[in-house]
Amino acid sequence: MEASKVIHAFYTDDEVLLDAVKEVKAAHHHIEEVFCPFPVHGLDKAMGLAPTRIAITAFFYGITGLAFAIWMTNYIMIEDWPMDIGGKPSFSWIENMPSFVPIIFELTVFFAAHLMVITFYMRSRIWPFKDAENPDPRTTDDHFLMEIPVNNNEEALVSLLAKTGAVEINIVDKH
Amino acid sequence: MYQFSGKLKTFSLALIIIGLIGTVFSFYNGSQKTIEDAKQVIAASHSSGHGESHGAAAVHAEGDGEGEHASEIEAHAADEHGDSHSEENGTKSYSSKEEHNVAGSHEAVEGHTEKHTNENQSVEEEHSVSDVQEHEEHVLHQLQNRPWSAFYVALFFSLGITLLVLAFYAIQRVAQVGWSVVILRVMEAISANLLPTSILMILLLAASVMHMNHLFPWMADGTVDPASENYDAIVDGKSWWMNSTGFMVRSILYLVAWNVYRFFIRKSSIKEDTANDGNKTYKKNFNASVIFLFIFMITESMMSWDWIMGLDPHWFSTLFGWYVLSTLLVSALTVIAFFTIYLREQGAIPGINDSHIHDLAKFMFGFSVFWTYLWFSQFMLIWYADIPEETTYFVMRFTEYKLPFLGMVVMNFVFPILLLLNSDFKSKPWFVVIGGVVILAGHYIDVFIMIMPSTVGAQWFFGIPELSALCFFIGLLIYTTLNAFSKANAIPKGNPFLKESEHFHYYNIEHTGEGSADH
Repeated sequence: MEASKVIHAFYTDDEVLLDAVKEVKAAHHHIEEVFCPFPVHGLDKAMGLAPTRIAITAFFYGITGLAFAIWMTNYIMIEDWPMDIGGKPSFSWIENMPSFVPIIFELTVFFAAHLMVITFYMRSRIWPFKDAENPDPRTTDDHFLMEIPVNNNEEALVSLLAKTGAVEINIVDKH
Repeated sequence: MYQFSGKLKTFSLALIIIGLIGTVFSFYNGSQKTIEDAKQVIAASHSSGHGESHGAAAVHAEGDGEGEHASEIEAHAADEHGDSHSEENGTKSYSSKEEHNVAGSHEAVEGHTEKHTNENQSVEEEHSVSDVQEHEEHVLHQLQNRPWSAFYVALFFSLGITLLVLAFYAIQRVAQVGWSVVILRVMEAISANLLPTSILMILLLAASVMHMNHLFPWMADGTVDPASENYDAIVDGKSWWMNSTGFMVRSILYLVAWNVYRFFIRKSSIKEDTANDGNKTYKKNFNASVIFLFIFMITESMMSWDWIMGLDPHWFSTLFGWYVLSTLLVSALTVIAFFTIYLREQGAIPGINDSHIHDLAKFMFGFSVFWTYLWFSQFMLIWYADIPEETTYFVMRFTEYKLPFLGMVVMNFVFPILLLLNSDFKSKPWFVVIGGVVILAGHYIDVFIMIMPSTVGAQWFFGIPELSALCFFIGLLIYTTLNAFSKANAIPKGNPFLKESEHFHYYNIEHTGEGSADH
């Protein structure tokens, strides 16, 4: 298929990379992936990536934690065994609410934080013993790599990439 | 340079005049209150039913009154089971206790009076006559206090906001903040409100010291004189701090210290524009701001003890200074955001973009949560331990001010957290304005609840006195701010961080009228 061959263009500077991405986008080529050793400010916008929705998931996880904490305090302290502990009113949940707030707060944060992190791991496909998907070890140190699929336009792509300041251009078979 | 628009000038002056007329009217109205009015109020509260007035009795018993009240109820319950002889004994021991309490505090008296009219009427007939008189006098004082407190709430709120704008401004200088340089002049302009409010504050405090009102109970005649029937041992024990001379000296010191910094920094900041002296002036302003922040943190704390906690001389809380700080800080940021948005709409400040608004909104959001944290910490600690001498503060607020007390938590916490959580919403001016209006109203209520229960108690209402005081200070704030803003460059040209501020860009904000190529 068409994605069997890809071009790997290497850059050594994030500013050059950013300009190269903009140029490649302007020439209407699809960028498969960009590998960077560190976050490059504005790269997602230049590539036209959709904004992340992880904050929205965190909000709902937080609400889940809130609901769980309210249910838990209400069930344990009010419904199941409403004891008089040091004169605290256990007739209804709202009467004793202030003493539940610390746990409600902590559980909200706990749910929001942990479930969001797990969501991030799952969406990014990161887990222990996972094989690294690194096309070139230099991209973790001081090189940036742009991967573009080839569709019978090899020469045009290579000349375009050479113009953008790539230090090395390889054509790789991808399986 | 910004031109103070004639329309807005007229509007703010109109607000000031309307506020003044309303305030004068309510002071006149308040001074006309007589003991007859107090009697009517008491009669009205009694006719509202036995159960309710009984509940009110417990509420009115403040300070040490509450504990004794509770023990009395117990004693009373025991009496009912005993024979007639022991009952008489019990009553006797009661009345001696009572006499002590009458001297003790107004609040305690009130509690007992209600109790007597309900339960012990026949036995205590003779005694309760004087009690009723004291009660009436107490209610009369509350009625007379209302215009004073209404003015005081708005004055303190306005002064506090201005002061915290100044403190936030000093923080920006000390932290060498990059983003906010283009709005430093807005903050400077708002702080112009400090001088007039300070003068009004001194006048009001002087009037209190001269017994023109009953705002501060510890100022009443004879509270520290053991021979007087007004003698209050608790106030006497605190009189090394709470005495009129010390109070006035301290108050004037705070206000002078703040105004001196404001005067210096404003002058020197304008000098900075044209100084061209290798940032010497800039560094001088930096140093002045460091010193001011140090003094500010101390004076702000003491100011909250003197001006707010002093209204309840029997009550104390260690968190209070911070709590007052947080409520004023979030309001101050909201006011900064309002003026920034307005002046940006007018095209008066070049270089402001959505990211600046976004940052201000983030501060409003963050400090709203900070306020909630302090408010809840104070409330929950007192609620949890439930020590009578501390709890009365909230018992009073919870029973007599339930709607504003709970409503303000919604307005100051729930509303901003839901409205300003979303990053996109924070850069939309109209969203920030909606959130800001609710935040400002909520924190006005917060100050209202700090002051009103101690001065007018159950006789509160939001009417002409409160509204006109508010009008007056809003008008004053708009006038002084925009007037000061029109007197200097809209942008502090000499600030070394100006360029950074003009190019400030929060990464995930799409600015209005900007394409993706601008990123």
